[in-house]
Amino acid sequence: MQISGAQMVIEALIAEEVEVVFGYPGGAIMNVYDEIYKQRSFQHILTRHEQAAVHAAEGYAKATGKVGVAMITSGPGFTNGVTGMADAYMDSIPLVVISGQVPMSLIGTDAFQEIDAVGISRPCTKHNYLVTDAADLPRVLKEAFYIARTGRPGPVHVDIPKDVTAQIATFDYSKEVELETYKPTTKGNARQIKKAIEAIASAKRPLLYLGGGIINANAAELVREFSKMTQIPAVETFMARGTLRYDDPLLISMLGMHGSYAANMAMSETDLVIGLGARFDDRVTGKLSEFAKNAQIIHVDIDPASVSKLVHAHFPIVGDVKNVLEQMIPLAKEQIDPARYASWHNTIANFNKLHPLSYTEEGDRLKPQWVVERIGQLLGDDANISTDVGQHQMWTAQFYPFTRPRQWVSSGGLGTMGFGFPAAMGVKRADMERVSINITGDGSILMNIQELMTAVEYELPVINVILNNNFLGMVRQWQTLFYDKRHSSTDLSIQPDFVKLVEAFGGVGYRVTTKEEFDAALKDAVEKNVVAIIDVVVNRFENVLPMVPAGGSLFNMMLEYKEK
Amino acid sequence: MMEQTERRVISVIVMNEASVLSRIAGLFSGRGYNIESLTVAPIPESKYSRITIVTAGSVRVVEQITKQLHKLIPVLKVYEHADLVETEMALVKIPMSESLGDIEALTHAYNGRIVNVGSDTMIVMVADEPMRVNHFLEAIKRFHPKEIVRSGSVALER
Repeated sequence: MQISGAQMVIEALIAEEVEVVFGYPGGAIMNVYDEIYKQRSFQHILTRHEQAAVHAAEGYAKATGKVGVAMITSGPGFTNGVTGMADAYMDSIPLVVISGQVPMSLIGTDAFQEIDAVGISRPCTKHNYLVTDAADLPRVLKEAFYIARTGRPGPVHVDIPKDVTAQIATFDYSKEVELETYKPTTKGNARQIKKAIEAIASAKRPLLYLGGGIINANAAELVREFSKMTQIPAVETFMARGTLRYDDPLLISMLGMHGSYAANMAMSETDLVIGLGARFDDRVTGKLSEFAKNAQIIHVDIDPASVSKLVHAHFPIVGDVKNVLEQMIPLAKEQIDPARYASWHNTIANFNKLHPLSYTEEGDRLKPQWVVERIGQLLGDDANISTDVGQHQMWTAQFYPFTRPRQWVSSGGLGTMGFGFPAAMGVKRADMERVSINITGDGSILMNIQELMTAVEYELPVINVILNNNFLGMVRQWQTLFYDKRHSSTDLSIQPDFVKLVEAFGGVGYRVTTKEEFDAALKDAVEKNVVAIIDVVVNRFENVLPMVPAGGSLFNMMLEYKEK
Repeated sequence: MMEQTERRVISVIVMNEASVLSRIAGLFSGRGYNIESLTVAPIPESKYSRITIVTAGSVRVVEQITKQLHKLIPVLKVYEHADLVETEMALVKIPMSESLGDIEALTHAYNGRIVNVGSDTMIVMVADEPMRVNHFLEAIKRFHPKEIVRSGSVALER
C-alpha cells in the first residue's frame, strides 16, 4: 500500500504490537504526531520531558521484557533523550527511540532545531539509522525492533527527517528480518559446556555469579532450577536482584562495592566462578588483580566482547544464558553431586554469621534501611520497586526482599539520577495490578519531578518514597570518607515542601518522621491508589555499609564507620 | 606487569553504506584506541567495503578491538592478520634541479617510478612494504623533497 512515512511509523508500531509510546512532540516529528492523533491502536503518553519519555520506556521494557518505545523531536528534544538512550545502552534494555529531524534539504545548514542526531547517538546505542527515503522506513523499523530485542538487547535510534515523514511510498512490512552481518550466537558451544560441567563437578567451592543478563534472557526460572539441583551457592549483582528469592537458602546476597561481607568473601574464597550474564563490572570486582584470585572462571554471556574483557575466562561460553542453562541442566543432573559442597556451605554460613547485613536503630530517628525493609514487609511481592541513584538505591538493593525477576528496576551501568520516577511510571503502565514504588532521594527526585504531571494525567499512581536526608547522600558519604568531610555542594538543607509540591500537581503528599506515620502514609497511599510523595525524614549522616572503597579488594571491606 | 604492545593490521569487511566508517573510527576514538593508518575502498562487484586498519596494542587490547568491531551491526568479518602481504604507497614531489638518473634508480629499487615531470618539479611514486617505504623516504631526503604523501596500508593474508 502507498502511504506516507508518518503513517508507516504508525503501521510499524501496530505490526510490532506496541501498546504504549512515551513521547513529546515538536516541529520535526509533527507529521507522525498527526497520525498518532488519528489512531486508536496504542496509547501515547505525553511525558513532560524527553529524558523522562525514554526512561519511562525503559521502565516499561524492564517490567515486561518487551521493546520500549519513545518518540521525540529534533534538536533539543533529541539531546534531552540522549541520557535515556545511554542509560538503556549500559543496562542492555531493548528500546526503539524515534526522533524527528529537520527536512533533508536543511540537514547540514545549522537549521533551527537541527543537530547531528545519529552522530550523537552512535556511541550510546546498539545501532542507529538516519532514514533518507520513506521507501526504506519499513525495513529500517523492522530491523530496529529486531536488533533492539535480539542478542544483547539495547537501544536503537531511528532519526527521520520531516520531509521523509511526508513522503509517500510503498509500505510492505515483512515478517522476517534477514541481516547478513548480524547473527547473534544464541546457543552455547557444546564442548565448552561439557568442560564447564566437568569443572563444576570437580570444584570444591563453586559459586554462581548471577548478572542482569539472566533477567533480560528470562532465565531466572532455570537459574533457580540449576542452583536447587546442584546446591551451589549464589551471589547476585545489583542488576540481577530478584533472580533468586531473597529467602532462598542458597542466595548469599549482593556482591560488590556495597555487597554483603559474606558475598564478597565467598567471591574471594571460591575456586570456581560460574558467571551467568554478568559482565565483571568494576563496581562488582573491586581491584581486578585480587578478584576471585584462586578461582577458575566460567563465563556465559550473549556478548562475545564481554567474555574475558576484564577477567580471563577459562571456560568462555557465548550464548543466550537461557539456552546455555537448558544445555547445562541435563549434564549437571548426571555429573554434579550436590553433597560435595557441604563444607563450602558451612564456610559461607560462618561468613553470614560473622557480619550479616544490618544497621543499628537509634531511638525514634527513622533509619533509611528500616524504611526499605518496612516497604518490603508491608508490600513484599505486591510491589514493583524502582529507584533513583544514590544511597537510597544501594539500601534498596541491600534490604528489599525481592521475590521475582523484573520486580527491580534501577539504573545500574550509567547511574542516572532522575531515572527512578519516570521508570516507575513505565513499570506501572506495564503492570497496573501491582503497586509501583519509586524509592528515591531528595536530590534525585528533583531531577524529573515534572513527571508528577504525567503520572496524574495518565493515572499512573506511582508512590515516591523520598529518603530525605537533605544531602546528596552518596557524594556526601565519599566526601566524608575520602575528602576529610569537605561537603562541597552536597548540602541540600534548602529543599521544597514536597507535600505542597505534589499537591500542586494534583497528587497526595505525606511528610513522616516516625515509624507509625510511615506505616499510615504508605497504607493510605496504596489504598487511595494515587500519585504520591512520602517525604521521609531520615538520619542525615547514615552511610551505606559495608563498602569496598573504589579500586580496593573485595575482601578488604569497610564494615563500619562512626561519624566523629 | 606491562603487556607488550605490538603493531597490528586488522581488516574489516563492512556493508558499503552511509556512516559505517564513522562507526568504525568512533569505536576506536571512544575507547581510546589509536589508529595508525586506515584505508577503505569498495570490494569490486560486491556490496561490501574493505577497511584496513593499522593499530598498536597488546594481545588483550587487540582482542577487544576485534570483538567490539564485530559487534557493530554493518560489520561482516574482522580479520586480525598474522602472516600477510602488506603494501603502502607514497608520492614524493622533488625539484627538477635534482639528479633525475639517481632518483629514477632509487625509486626503481622500491617498486616505484617517476609518474610526473613538470617544469619545476617531478613526482615519484613507490608502492612497497611499509617498512621499506620508511627506508625509501629516508633515502629520498638527500634530493630535497618538497612534499611527501603516504597512503595507509592495504593487506591480504598469504
